[in-house]
Amino acid sequence: MSDNNSEKANVKISLRNVYKVFGKNAARGVELSKKGLSKDEILEKTKLAVGVSNVSFDVYEGETLVVMGLSGSGKSTLIRCVNRIMEPTAGEILIDDVDITKLNDDELREVRRKKFSMVFQSFALFPHRRVIENVEYGLEIQGVDKDVRREKAETALKLVGLDGWGDYFPENLSGGMKQRVGLARALSVDPDILLMDEAFSALDPLIRSDMQDELIALNDRVRKTILFITHDLDEALKMGDRIVLMKDGYVVQIGTPEEILTNPADEYVQRFVANVDITKVLTAQDVMKIHSPVAFVKDGPRVALRKMKEHGLSGMFVVKSSGELVGHLTADKAAQAAKDEKKWLDQVTDRDSVLSVPLDQPVRTLFPMVESGNPIAVVDEDHHFKGVIVRGSILAALAESHSDSAPIEEPSELASKVLTPGTSDEPASSEADKENN
Amino acid sequence: MGTRELMGDIIPRVPLSEWIESILDVLTTLLATATRAVSTVFRNGIRGITGFLDTLPPIVLILVLVGIAWAIAGRRIAIGSFLGFLFIWNIGLWGAMVSTLVLVFFATILAVALGLPLGIVAGLSDRFFLIVKPILDFMQTMPAFVYLIPAIPFFGLGATSAIMSTVIFSIPPTIRLTALGIRQIDKELVEAADSFGSTTYQKLVKLQLPLSLPTVMAGINQTIMLALSMVVIASMIGAGGLGGEVWRAIQRLRPGDGFSAGLAVVILAMILDRVTQKIAAQDRKAS
Ligand SMILES: Nc1ncnc2c1ncn2[C@@H]1O[C@H](COP(=O)(O)OP(=O)(O)O)[C@@H](O)[C@H]1O
Ligand SMILES: [Mg+2]
Repeated sequence: MSDNNSEKANVKISLRNVYKVFGKNAARGVELSKKGLSKDEILEKTKLAVGVSNVSFDVYEGETLVVMGLSGSGKSTLIRCVNRIMEPTAGEILIDDVDITKLNDDELREVRRKKFSMVFQSFALFPHRRVIENVEYGLEIQGVDKDVRREKAETALKLVGLDGWGDYFPENLSGGMKQRVGLARALSVDPDILLMDEAFSALDPLIRSDMQDELIALNDRVRKTILFITHDLDEALKMGDRIVLMKDGYVVQIGTPEEILTNPADEYVQRFVANVDITKVLTAQDVMKIHSPVAFVKDGPRVALRKMKEHGLSGMFVVKSSGELVGHLTADKAAQAAKDEKKWLDQVTDRDSVLSVPLDQPVRTLFPMVESGNPIAVVDEDHHFKGVIVRGSILAALAESHSDSAPIEEPSELASKVLTPGTSDEPASSEADKENN
Repeated sequence: MGTRELMGDIIPRVPLSEWIESILDVLTTLLATATRAVSTVFRNGIRGITGFLDTLPPIVLILVLVGIAWAIAGRRIAIGSFLGFLFIWNIGLWGAMVSTLVLVFFATILAVALGLPLGIVAGLSDRFFLIVKPILDFMQTMPAFVYLIPAIPFFGLGATSAIMSTVIFSIPPTIRLTALGIRQIDKELVEAADSFGSTTYQKLVKLQLPLSLPTVMAGINQTIMLALSMVVIASMIGAGGLGGEVWRAIQRLRPGDGFSAGLAVVILAMILDRVTQKIAAQDRKAS
């Protein structure tokens, strides 16, 4: 079964038609759900609560997969099924090709110890244990020697920047620090998979943004497979290699952040996206890279080549000394020009196929343009070069700028209610449910 | 009277008390050897300990008890206890108080030894909790002295019966609050312990028991207070002690003696309450 994926990365987690129904005779809920009855209809008919309905997707090794949806859409239930903290009612859950729904208690415990760690929205630190004792909990229950586990715990604390805080009790720490401890506790056992259930949702916006950055940076080093839950699209865009959008227990859309933004599968996703659609408000100016190196016409091909090498670029925009944009030059062409002993760059610069947009170009329209992978130049009214737009910078800027400017720039009332960090889950969900009906 | 006869004419009375008596009869004969053995062990044990404590000069015992109170609850409560004990000694009730204290001590140890495991099971198992909860409610609404009666056929008059009925009477808070303490632990904490692959035992010892300790201690404190009140009532079946003094005062119509003994009970209750509350509070601070 892994053959068809072998060209891609390994599949680490594979969910196949997973259902979770709460209540007695849950199997009947699965039957009804398979027949196509909605969550509300099933609740009305049988008093059974459908938490997760027919969810299937793969998580690749080393990938950060974000599961996003409004409160009550089944995210927490789903992530708890993955390590069977909750028992799925139906379906298969393969971890490294082993179906963990079929494991007995001992085998399951072993898998939990070796492969998973979980980080919780409310941190879930043990209040009666010191920070260091919290961090070493996973190792302690595995019977690891005291010295060894202490050392590993110290290393994990260092990794999250809490060196020296080991002797404090959790209650003496701020929210951000508590979640760092939660993260250290998760990392100390060196798991393959991190399960993070709204891990940053309880934090203040600024701290939250810091934690997101740090997790990204940290994961560049430790390379875990991460299943990350959030109800916040900005966070999803920033963290996710791919995003799974859930509604009422089922999956609405799976895709990369770009696919979700540019190609919403249905109205629900559209509304979700529209609610944070800063692409309408943001312009090229907001997302461009300002300090990107350029070649000057008078530089000549050798200087241009050296600049490209220095910055690790395969091409560069060429400008006149006045700042006016001339065109784009690839490294290949520059090398050729150097060989041909050309003196001026404007002879070899590609002027026609270069993409340039004005400063006030809406970001929304940039998505199709960056798709090709070619860089876009941003110019002012006088055609003077101002900055560069690349694929990654758009997504990064989207995630960043939204959390800074949401209250002012958000036209939609619903959006600010649902998506402003720090707003509690519950009212958001009922508000949104009303809207959806 | 009239209604009851009328009722009896239409529907024959349910012979509830006859049933209970015959069940008790059967049980007492079946368990006679066992209960007699238990009774002997207890009677001798208590007699031995009380006898030993009686040989000590009261001031020595008072200093020992005050020392314990100091270690657990600090200087203020220790001084209060010292004055209280001195007063009880002064009004001539020291011996009675010691035998009451011994009964409370034994009954509490038994109640906790039985109640703690039951409470843990009730804390972990929803089904067991559902069964146990109404039983506990029922036990706590029964009038206290009803518990005295079934003890007599099993253990006869005296200290053993007093302890047995005291254990039954005072056990509910320990069971209930232990179960509650475990149940009220934040769900995500238990999930966290599970997610790292804890065994049931590891989860209990490393998480659930430490976190429920303050609540458990509050339950034990209540058990001790109930045990004291029951031991006083158990003077009706020959438990002796301070309750015995009250009982005798009632029979001889001596309100002064009765009141003195009653005051001694109150003082002892206050000392026991403050000291055990302090244990619970310390645990809370530590956690
Ligand atoms: N223990 C439970 N018993 C009954 N219903 C539950 C339980 N846990 C969750 N649910 C239901 O399952 C649905 C999904 O909940 P949850 O997974 O917590 O959503 P999310 O994490 O996306 O906010 C909700 O409708 C909720 O009412
Ligand atoms: Mg949730």
